[in-house]
Amino acid sequence: MNMNSMLAGTLLAGLAASFAAPALAADSVYIQLPTYRTGPYAGSGIAIANGMSDYLKMINARDGGVNGVKIEFDECETGYDTQKGVECYEQAKAKNTLVFNPWSTGITLQVIPKSSVDKIPVLSMAYGLSAAADGTTFPWVFNPPDTYWDALSGIIKYIGEQEGGMENLDGKTIGYIFLDAGYGREPIPLLEDLASEYGFEVKQYPVAGKEMQNQSSQWLSVRRDRPDYMIMWGWGAMNPTAIKEAVKNRFDMSKFIGVWWAGGDDDARAGGAGAKGYKAISFNNVGADYPALQDIKKLVIDADNSETPESQLGENLYNKGVANAVYMVEAIRTAQEETGKTVINAEDMRVGLENLELDEARLEEIGLKGMISPMKITCKNHSGHNPIFVQEWDGEKYTPASDWFEPMTEKVTPILMEASKEYATSNAPWPEREEPCPE
Amino acid sequence: MFYRETGQFKTSYTADQQIFPIRQDRIGVAIILAVALLVVPFVANEFVLSAIVIPFLVLALATIGLNILTGYAGQLSLGTGGFMGVGAYACYKLVTIFPDVNVIIHILLSGFFAAAVGVVFGLPSLRIKGLYLAVTTLAAQFFLEWCFIRIPWLYNYNPSAAIEVPGKTLFGVLITGPAASGVARYFVVLAIVIGMTLLMKNLIRGRIGRQWMMIRDMDIAAELMGVRPLIAKLSAFAVSSYICGVAGAMFVFFYLGASEPAVFSITLSFQILFMAIIGGLGSLVGSFFGAAFIWILPILLRVWLPAMGFDIGAEAIFQMAQIIIGALIIFFLIVEPHGLARLWAIGKEKLRVWPFPYA
Repeated sequence: MNMNSMLAGTLLAGLAASFAAPALAADSVYIQLPTYRTGPYAGSGIAIANGMSDYLKMINARDGGVNGVKIEFDECETGYDTQKGVECYEQAKAKNTLVFNPWSTGITLQVIPKSSVDKIPVLSMAYGLSAAADGTTFPWVFNPPDTYWDALSGIIKYIGEQEGGMENLDGKTIGYIFLDAGYGREPIPLLEDLASEYGFEVKQYPVAGKEMQNQSSQWLSVRRDRPDYMIMWGWGAMNPTAIKEAVKNRFDMSKFIGVWWAGGDDDARAGGAGAKGYKAISFNNVGADYPALQDIKKLVIDADNSETPESQLGENLYNKGVANAVYMVEAIRTAQEETGKTVINAEDMRVGLENLELDEARLEEIGLKGMISPMKITCKNHSGHNPIFVQEWDGEKYTPASDWFEPMTEKVTPILMEASKEYATSNAPWPEREEPCPE
Repeated sequence: MFYRETGQFKTSYTADQQIFPIRQDRIGVAIILAVALLVVPFVANEFVLSAIVIPFLVLALATIGLNILTGYAGQLSLGTGGFMGVGAYACYKLVTIFPDVNVIIHILLSGFFAAAVGVVFGLPSLRIKGLYLAVTTLAAQFFLEWCFIRIPWLYNYNPSAAIEVPGKTLFGVLITGPAASGVARYFVVLAIVIGMTLLMKNLIRGRIGRQWMMIRDMDIAAELMGVRPLIAKLSAFAVSSYICGVAGAMFVFFYLGASEPAVFSITLSFQILFMAIIGGLGSLVGSFFGAAFIWILPILLRVWLPAMGFDIGAEAIFQMAQIIIGALIIFFLIVEPHGLARLWAIGKEKLRVWPFPYA
């Protein structure tokens, strides 16, 4: 036993040593990317992970990093599991990551309270806690370019337009099929608010996480209820299953609209020819013709430095991964400008994210004009409620089915502010923002 | 040679009945405790404490809870995750309803809610056994998980269906919430786990524990000798669920920091069940072995494989660690079907006669 405890002590000491912050080259910064290429959500996760890492590799290869500062990064496999998420977060913290991208609503909820204590900004691009858009309460959390509530209000607005005006929503039935977890449940309060305001009826079809691939009972109910529209809040294996079931049940695909995370190319492809007409709201365009994506192809994929199959380049989720990486890189650049340092730390990164602005000219320079809309994060508004649009699956790829339009910000903001206040009280003592926002 | 009890005479009943009758064992336990109390908090960094040691201790406690039911009382259960969830949600509700009471009291109280739920779902055990009982506990798991999602009162109508942990103090030191240091949380977790383990050890050695084991070994014989199955089985469910409930509350309050219903899914139940089986059913030290094997080893593999120069992607490391763990599970169960605890016991037997093969 004696030996045993000595062994345990040595192991612990060795372990402690292996987690010391890595010795970085003087002119580089480190970002950990929590990803999931395994598990039931890998179907969505792989494309995202490829998009993020390819863009960072391309920046390192083409520009030698951001203003000469290389971005060192590695992936941490979470498997979309909250337990692994904690592990990845602690590891990222020990290695001084600039920013943490949880890529899971559950992990986001866990790291939000820790972020202000550990001084690590959390970038949850268009997912996570909608209320975190309130920068005065959540100085360390960023969810650009839009929140889930923006997505839902955008979908309802689009449906209203299809019906020839919001007043025509009266008496309609809208089905809501969702992953029965925090992610899928978050939009429900707003959906109910909008339902009572515009007079449509909501039918809920929850899909349990472990039953994702068996939705026959939900779609049987859909067939019975005959909703005029279906809205989907799915992720991972839930999406292709739902689209397949919708095709099988002959639901009118043009009236089936998913959130941006239900807009994977593989998701729609699973439905075969019948999936034509399926729609998803989006904050980015698809396609590989943008100069930045061509650079990725030339410098990363063709250089055999990537796990991305060439067909994946330019797909919807891949481009979302690229967008996430663009926000990080541009935030580093902004932080360098704001602080005057070249090698920034996590606190500078927060400043960079808070002052992040991508206008048309900047997007043109990056080489992604038209792929994402211009956006701006302010001290008070960490999301931005930026323009979104609806994509339609034409059988092979997504094509724009509407122009860029604004979500119903005036509906979203009040419940967002209320939710953020509630969060602060239920997590009391919630830390105050250190430097107040300029008026 | 060193590990031999020759010459250690017991001169009183107290000495004869102590938990560790052999002096070398007592020294060993004292050293382990000294390391846990004096070395670990100072050597280990925040990552080791928060991501490895604290969850290991909490999961070991949950494994002890399951071991009471499955290992000692012989009632197979797949509802551990659900019972842990009851503890966690009960603790969350208690903390929000009575914010001024110390959080330790809440954690210890929350186990009683889990115990009550456990007793209710234990009722079928009076009629059915073995795999059939496993199916009813599976029903408990699914029902409880459903409750965690569908009863918004449980998570105070939070739009994300999540429970969050407010910062609470003990003797003026923050022990929960994001601002609590790893060392503070570690000491609280360690104290609760040591206390609970001691309590369980004594419960098992006593009248109640013996009743459980009689029921496990042959329920009809036990009944004929005067053990009442109703009391014995339900008390096993109650005690087991209590421990699981406390572990569940600690899982959220000292480790995760916030949780959504998916945390207490069937996966967690299986995780704990594997820990109990690998460690050895019906053994407290085995619970710690099992938890270490299932929790710590994969993390070490994930950290060490890249350090050893395997330059492959994070997901490949992850899968490689899983393959190695799977192979090790098969290996250990072939070598010793009764788990690591039995292997440990055999090792001790061998050590007693060393250097001779037998004595």
